[in-house]
Amino acid sequence: MSETPPTKSGEPKRDAAPRRRRPELREEKILLSHGSGGKASHSLIESVFADAFSNSLLDALDDAAVFPVDSGRFAFTTDSHVVSPIFFPGGNIGDLAVNGTINDLAVSGATPLCLSAAFVLEEGFPVEQLRTIVESMAAAASDAGVSIVTGDTKVVHSGKADGVFITTAGIGRVDGRVHIAQSAVQPGDKILLTGPIGDHGIAIMLAREELEIESEILSDTTALNGLVEALINAVGGAVHCMKDPTRGGLATSLNEIAQSSQVCIALEEERIPIREGVRGACEILGLDPFTIANEGKLIAAVAPAASEAALRAMRSHPLGAQSQMIGDALAAPPGIVFLNTRIGGSRVMDMLVGDPLPRIC
Amino acid sequence: MKYIDEYRDPDLVRALAERIRDLRYDKPLKIMEICGGHTHAIYQHGLHQLLPDNIELVHGPGCPVCVIPIGRLDDALSMARAPDVIFTTFGDMMRVPGSKGSLLNARADGADIRFVYSPSDALKIARENPDQRVVFFAIGFETTAPSTAVTLLQAQQEGVSNFFMFCNHVLVIPALKALLAAPDLQLDGFLGPGHVSAIIGMQPYEFIARDHGKSVVLSGFEPVDVLQSVYLIVKQKTEGRSAVENQYSRAIKYEGNLTALKLMDQTMEVRPFFEWRGLGSIPESALKLRSDFSQFDAELRFDVPGLKVEDPKICQCGEVLRGALKPHQCRAFATACTPEAPIGTCMVSSEGACAAYYKYGRTLLTDTMKKWAQ
Repeated sequence: MSETPPTKSGEPKRDAAPRRRRPELREEKILLSHGSGGKASHSLIESVFADAFSNSLLDALDDAAVFPVDSGRFAFTTDSHVVSPIFFPGGNIGDLAVNGTINDLAVSGATPLCLSAAFVLEEGFPVEQLRTIVESMAAAASDAGVSIVTGDTKVVHSGKADGVFITTAGIGRVDGRVHIAQSAVQPGDKILLTGPIGDHGIAIMLAREELEIESEILSDTTALNGLVEALINAVGGAVHCMKDPTRGGLATSLNEIAQSSQVCIALEEERIPIREGVRGACEILGLDPFTIANEGKLIAAVAPAASEAALRAMRSHPLGAQSQMIGDALAAPPGIVFLNTRIGGSRVMDMLVGDPLPRIC
Repeated sequence: MKYIDEYRDPDLVRALAERIRDLRYDKPLKIMEICGGHTHAIYQHGLHQLLPDNIELVHGPGCPVCVIPIGRLDDALSMARAPDVIFTTFGDMMRVPGSKGSLLNARADGADIRFVYSPSDALKIARENPDQRVVFFAIGFETTAPSTAVTLLQAQQEGVSNFFMFCNHVLVIPALKALLAAPDLQLDGFLGPGHVSAIIGMQPYEFIARDHGKSVVLSGFEPVDVLQSVYLIVKQKTEGRSAVENQYSRAIKYEGNLTALKLMDQTMEVRPFFEWRGLGSIPESALKLRSDFSQFDAELRFDVPGLKVEDPKICQCGEVLRGALKPHQCRAFATACTPEAPIGTCMVSSEGACAAYYKYGRTLLTDTMKKWAQ
């Protein structure tokens, strides 16, 4: 690529020249006028978003970010975020929205290039909280070496939204060495997982007021592009499929892979890491940790000959220190995931149906 | 996890499975696990696969969601749809279909339906929303009834006037009596429900061994508990005796929990009859609020249809709940009736035999797995 968007290697580019003085935002709460497109909108954008996200493409404040691309394959994805509570142990809706889109690109084998961010704000939402969210987004993007190059803000009447909704989209350039697809898993492939499951879902559930359970479980929200890059550098095209098991958890992601690739996936329960606190919360609430959401874990299906090297590469990355080979892809029965239990039994591991609903007793 | 992992120790589980084999009991043996929690645990861990082929586990009627008849659910839906109502329920009940949709459907239509973890959460919602009528859908066996009792007493003490209880608590012993009276019953013993028995104690089961000659072992819910309980039943059979034994002694006392029983008695009384899904009307098998608490009784304070509604013809939940059919032998299993679109209640709760079967081990697949594992 002759000229890349202001991403890829670390820090977003900032204008060298001193800026004109930004208009200040006097209001402490979001008003409908902040979404009207007039002066109030400008002062919100300039005082809250423009500085935090600043990069050469965004700073122009044009209708679209324009940048050149060269040949190759590109990945394009989008995701809306509506989490409640907005602030939770280990993160908030902002870093979640940035990491979520980066991870969707990364598991497609793409290096994220740039993101968009669109906000739906509820009238009355505290500006201070919005600033915190935006700062988290800027930090998450910067950590992952990606820029937010375009955005939008709308405000709806009080009661018509739940504080703030954020939609992010992202473009990434697909690594030429890999052909990642949900349907590309072969019988014989090894299934790898980068660390303990269920952290995000349980952190969110326990952060909701109605559950008075104390815990120290943090959401695992993080960007996986660095880890994916390390994996691809180590074993290249031997990676057949990657997924980040978000909503529906490990069970749902693996079922999607099994059905799409028409393979059976056989897992070993004792190799699947789950934190003590997550197991405890699942026991109390009657939930299945295999169906609980993650926001910073990677599942990879890797050709058997490369699987040891893949595991080493994953383990040497800080986000993959607890990586495990959790199972195998088999030829039959196709479309089924099953689990060899710790005590020597086995069972089907089905997809989540509906929401995870706690058992009664 | 302390106090749980000890009961999931693979070596201990293998040793117990070995000891069951060592008893060399070779006649067919049918054991019913009464409680849905056991069904769930058996499939979650694949415990049934560790047993000799002549020992069959049959699923019983002890899933609190599964036994609620359609008519009661329709009553609940009519309360939930009434104006100025916040309807609260355990999560499991949300997907159960009534004759016109489920609570989830009613919520999508705009009814304020919230799932809570205990009746005291519902009372809290009532305190916080004095302008709304807050109804709690009280379901469950003797396990959950004490918390309903405590909440009623608290509501009475505080004088909360916008809180109502829709009482559907059922009793395990009358259901067992109905089962034991069925002419097609072929059972040799029962895994007794651990949590219920922690409340009611051991004495109420004694007639089963004495009058019906069947073994009862009150069991905990972890793999070691279940296998040890099966071992105790098989041992009784090899010795040619039937008795009530307590495997779950860390939770169950002979006399039960007298405090909980007193609270239940203070607030609730036995109904003359109650309709059970699939099992029909069973005398003295459920609880209702005592007249001292009628101001909290949703059945009296709301205008509900109160009708008996027949189960869909295709649904064989009744036979499954009686243990006469295995879930996969039901004509609707995994075809017309799935967890996504359940027809019968057994497919809804994760404690329901059909849902557990569907989720954890559709039989044919389990056979394939067994072959693969060998």
